[in-house]
Amino acid sequence: MTDLPTRTGRKLGLVIDLDICVGCHACAVNCKEWNTGGHSAPLPDTDPFGAHAAGVWFNRVHSFEVGDGAESRTVHFPRSCLHCENAACVEVCPTGASYKRAEDGIVLVNEDICIGCKLCSWACPYGAREYDEDAGVMKKCTLCIDRIYNENIPEAQRVPACVSTCPANARHFGDLGDPESDVSRMVEERGGYDLIPELRYAPVNKYLPPRPRRGPGGDGPRTLAAAQTPGRAAEAETEEPDGFLGWIDRLLSR
Amino acid sequence: MIREFFKPAPEQIETSPTVSDEVKTTTCYMCACRCGIKVHMLDGQIRYIEGNPDHPVNKGVLCAKGSAGIMNHYSPAKLTKPLKRIGERGKAEFQEIEWDEALGIATGWLDAVRRSDPRKLAFFTGRDQSQALTGWWASQFGTPNYAAHGGFCSVNMAAAGLYTIGGSFWEFGEPDWDRTRYFMMFGVAEDHDSNPIKAGLTKVKRSGAKFVSVNPIRTGYSAVADEWIGIRPGTDGMLVLALVHELLRAGKVDLDYIVRYTNLPWLVIRDEGAAGDGLFARGADGEPLCWDGATGQAADARLAGVSPALKGEFSLADGSRAVPAFQIMAQRYLDEAYSPEAAARETGIAASTIRRLAAELAEAAFEREIVLEQRWTDWAGRTHDTMIGRPVSMHAMRGISAHSNGFHTCRAIHMLQVLLGSIDCPGGFLYKPPFPKAAPPGLRPVGRPGEINPATPMAGPPLGFPQGPEDLLIEADGAPRRIDKAFSWDAPIAAHGMMHMVIRNAWAHDPYPIDVLFMYMANMAWNSSMNTAGTLKMLTDRDEATGEYRIPKIIYSDAFFSEMVAYADLVLPDTTYLERWDCISLLDRPICSPEGPADSIRQPVVAPDRDVRPFQDALIDIGARLGLPGLVKEDGSPRYPGGYADYIVNHERAPGIGMLAGWRGETGDSHGTGGANPDQLQRYIDNGCFWQGEIPPDQRYFRHANRGYLEYAVSMGFVGHADQIVLQIYSEPLQRFRLAAQGHGDVQPPDAARNRIETYFDPLPIWYAPFEGAALEEAEYPLHALTQRPMAMYHSWHSQNAWLRQIHGSNPIYVNRGTAAALDIEDGDWVWLTSHHGRIKGRAKLMEGVNGATVWTWNAIGKRAGAWNLAPDAPEAKTSVLLNHTISDLLPEKGDGMRWSNSDPVTGQAAWYDLRVRLEKAAGDEAQESGPQFDAIRPLDALPARPAILRYGLRFSRAWRRTHVDGGRT
Repeated sequence: MTDLPTRTGRKLGLVIDLDICVGCHACAVNCKEWNTGGHSAPLPDTDPFGAHAAGVWFNRVHSFEVGDGAESRTVHFPRSCLHCENAACVEVCPTGASYKRAEDGIVLVNEDICIGCKLCSWACPYGAREYDEDAGVMKKCTLCIDRIYNENIPEAQRVPACVSTCPANARHFGDLGDPESDVSRMVEERGGYDLIPELRYAPVNKYLPPRPRRGPGGDGPRTLAAAQTPGRAAEAETEEPDGFLGWIDRLLSR
Repeated sequence: MIREFFKPAPEQIETSPTVSDEVKTTTCYMCACRCGIKVHMLDGQIRYIEGNPDHPVNKGVLCAKGSAGIMNHYSPAKLTKPLKRIGERGKAEFQEIEWDEALGIATGWLDAVRRSDPRKLAFFTGRDQSQALTGWWASQFGTPNYAAHGGFCSVNMAAAGLYTIGGSFWEFGEPDWDRTRYFMMFGVAEDHDSNPIKAGLTKVKRSGAKFVSVNPIRTGYSAVADEWIGIRPGTDGMLVLALVHELLRAGKVDLDYIVRYTNLPWLVIRDEGAAGDGLFARGADGEPLCWDGATGQAADARLAGVSPALKGEFSLADGSRAVPAFQIMAQRYLDEAYSPEAAARETGIAASTIRRLAAELAEAAFEREIVLEQRWTDWAGRTHDTMIGRPVSMHAMRGISAHSNGFHTCRAIHMLQVLLGSIDCPGGFLYKPPFPKAAPPGLRPVGRPGEINPATPMAGPPLGFPQGPEDLLIEADGAPRRIDKAFSWDAPIAAHGMMHMVIRNAWAHDPYPIDVLFMYMANMAWNSSMNTAGTLKMLTDRDEATGEYRIPKIIYSDAFFSEMVAYADLVLPDTTYLERWDCISLLDRPICSPEGPADSIRQPVVAPDRDVRPFQDALIDIGARLGLPGLVKEDGSPRYPGGYADYIVNHERAPGIGMLAGWRGETGDSHGTGGANPDQLQRYIDNGCFWQGEIPPDQRYFRHANRGYLEYAVSMGFVGHADQIVLQIYSEPLQRFRLAAQGHGDVQPPDAARNRIETYFDPLPIWYAPFEGAALEEAEYPLHALTQRPMAMYHSWHSQNAWLRQIHGSNPIYVNRGTAAALDIEDGDWVWLTSHHGRIKGRAKLMEGVNGATVWTWNAIGKRAGAWNLAPDAPEAKTSVLLNHTISDLLPEKGDGMRWSNSDPVTGQAAWYDLRVRLEKAAGDEAQESGPQFDAIRPLDALPARPAILRYGLRFSRAWRRTHVDGGRT
């Protein structure tokens, strides 16, 4: 019911590197900290010290396992709004409160005209929308729109809070519509992918898959005999346990 | 058409709102990592806390804990005023009192103790970052009964490192993240050193280096490792020694490095049964000897020109026989007892995997050698054109330290590093100044007979590094002198004290009764004690004859309403970390990096809104009231009337050496040493609240033997002389204790300790099964139980944090899927974990990534109902577990008439991770809540009501500011 822009000037978004995300929640909490006093302030917490604490978070980290036994892996998966090009959450909005900015592609909610009907959260397959029960409006990741253009912030830090704070440097921000941008190159080189592409929402944010692991069965040495050390190998090959002193006959000097 | 009609006007976005009207730098204290932060203030409230990009520790990033600092600062669990107990201990019935009365009470109690027997004060602090003050204060008071939390945290790592390489993991060293090609991580708690490790792992992975994580549990760091080795807990030492076995067998060790930098060429006397057996052969001036292959004679092993033999048996001038330590070492580890097959049986890791890991280590070290074109000068004055790197690095922490074999396991890891030639070389493990120091450092503990006198300061600090039995703090009959029995025959190298034994010993009046127990930020009535329920009984137990508490007086300082507060007689409310001065001193655990020494401060960012004082101010005030010599002027007036800030600037530990190294001297031009600078704190503030010195490139590696660096270290006061620091693989101090146990020397262990000392004071690393498991029937307690430390929560500190408790508000018991299936346990079932000591009930959560013989849970999430101003039905109390209830402070009875502490026999380190349990499904009719449950602590009247909804940031919102603040400043 709300139109999407036919095209956006830029496609600002995040690239998240699952190879090095250790699931520390720094992004989630720093996002909460910035945004509870930012564009969508506040991000309330109900029953914060009680049995059923629940708050509004624009970014949540899920840690889970995939696979069984020796093949299993633990995945840390940060989840936030993907600022889709075909954002269903916008199209279902009956009032125009949900919208996608033509200039940079950021999906926002205009709280002044949001009626809290939650259609957008039903439409979003990524679970990225966060309902503020207290104010009765929908809120969501703004890509830190009050940071990235903020002239009161040093230029190097005009990035979303989650990117700025990530201790592993697993989060990157930029224009994914520009094939020459750092983030686009990163996606190209590392095979960055869309989340659930078959739904055709064309998310702007990308995830970088884990790099191939140098685990057992890789191209490394299997045994010490195979690990030849130049200049040492001839001395080093000693299979007899008692023969160990053989290779320290040369005069060593301090 | 109609859509056009309803099309709303575009939203006006404020893209450049004012972030803050003031930004103050300071140092985070949401955990022990000490990152630099920038605190943005807006309209008198904290708007935002971010990492300081210029800071050497975190370089601009900030973790979940640090980012939740606002919620700690505005927590409703903050104490508000000094409290005097009026009810029974443990009931939290207090009367609010004024500070003058509180400090007067404390002074009265302490003065009586000091004038009679200062040892009757036991002063122990928790995760205290002011140990340079608190330890010195204890010395001034005259009590040896002082330590911080290191004895139950990581003393195995610190002691093993300092006795072996003169440095250690974390604060005293780190991997060369930029250059390493192979990184092995053993048992690391994920809240330790957390931002630097995360940043380092990223460098390792981006560079294509291999990252191997050895850990029974696959969580955060292990999840991104190239290879996860899910080892059986407490067996890491066996894995490492098998790697050593393989490397020696194939000759893949760096002999040049060994000869140049270690004591392995030193000659060890072979004279079984004699007093000198196993000690180093020494010359007339005490110099260690080697056998010079060039001359065929014994020579000073420290000389640069010698060519020491690594094998053979030699006759010395005095007729004694000696062999190089290298030969003893090699013969030991080449034995089949350390074969990969033997290690496989203990560790559960396939022998083929162990062989492959050894091959990978050798390949990285020797085939990926790094050659830096960097001239440098060694300790003997010889110039070298290059720096050769063996790019293998290692890091180890809690999973190694918290076992009763942790000291030796950590030494084994350092030995492996040294044999590969990878200590302080490009790509290896790097020291952080002020380390390396002599191995061990020369400081001895003070408190021997005659060294403690009424109303008299001690001659030195209470903690140190014993070099032999004569350095122990024991009576003539061998009885411990300290209340925690540190530096006694129970734990001779208890370099960080044994905080986990204080309450038991004070309660048992063993070795003697104390009068005042004074603690700071240590939650001993809950998650910081083994045997928590027993500890609560000890804290409240009364003497039958007198009716008095067996621990007569308890003073406690904390910022929050922790479980321990309820057990204090006098509560001194501390500030939050944003309301105080602090210093992270080179005299304590420094924030240095391999690139250079560094220290930092905290400055008050906001003024307290309640009647609280920084603990350090209160401590200095009490010291002055007591008239402690270092804390008063000659006329008896306070020496530091400006409190801790005054002390930080003006106190000198030795002439020219103070708490902070930066901007010393009248004009602030001196760094390292120099007189006090009245402007010093402002200079720190101007620089972002930290100081960092820089080491030039030719001094960046081989610093144990780098003349330029060693001379710099002398000039900075880090070390006393510029002699080479020789890496001590063969540890003579350990052998001295062993000889005593064999009957040599004047200082003799009691017979009950003799066998234990002889066994565990082996001069070379050994592995033995962790004590608790060895004392129990495997069939009865088949599983290991551990805690892990989540990255978003630090111990008990953050359950009152509205944001962090949404991430970790409840902790299940994690069980391997296969193990659970065999026990008919399904995900979500309530289960009992039973140890020889106690049992807990929690909910099972099944997973793949955990060693099959191991169950685990997150540390310290379980809380006692009513504490921390949480609702009594909070999940922390109702569904969460505290593993401490199953951990005994004593080992199972062995039938030798003794009850040994559940600790490492060398260092006294608390062996939390030795825990053995069995797992059973709870009966269907049992209560659906965690166990054990305790009576709820009565909430303090003074604590604010818990809000039903928290709208932090509302005051910064556009709507609020439009109507309340300034007409819409943008």
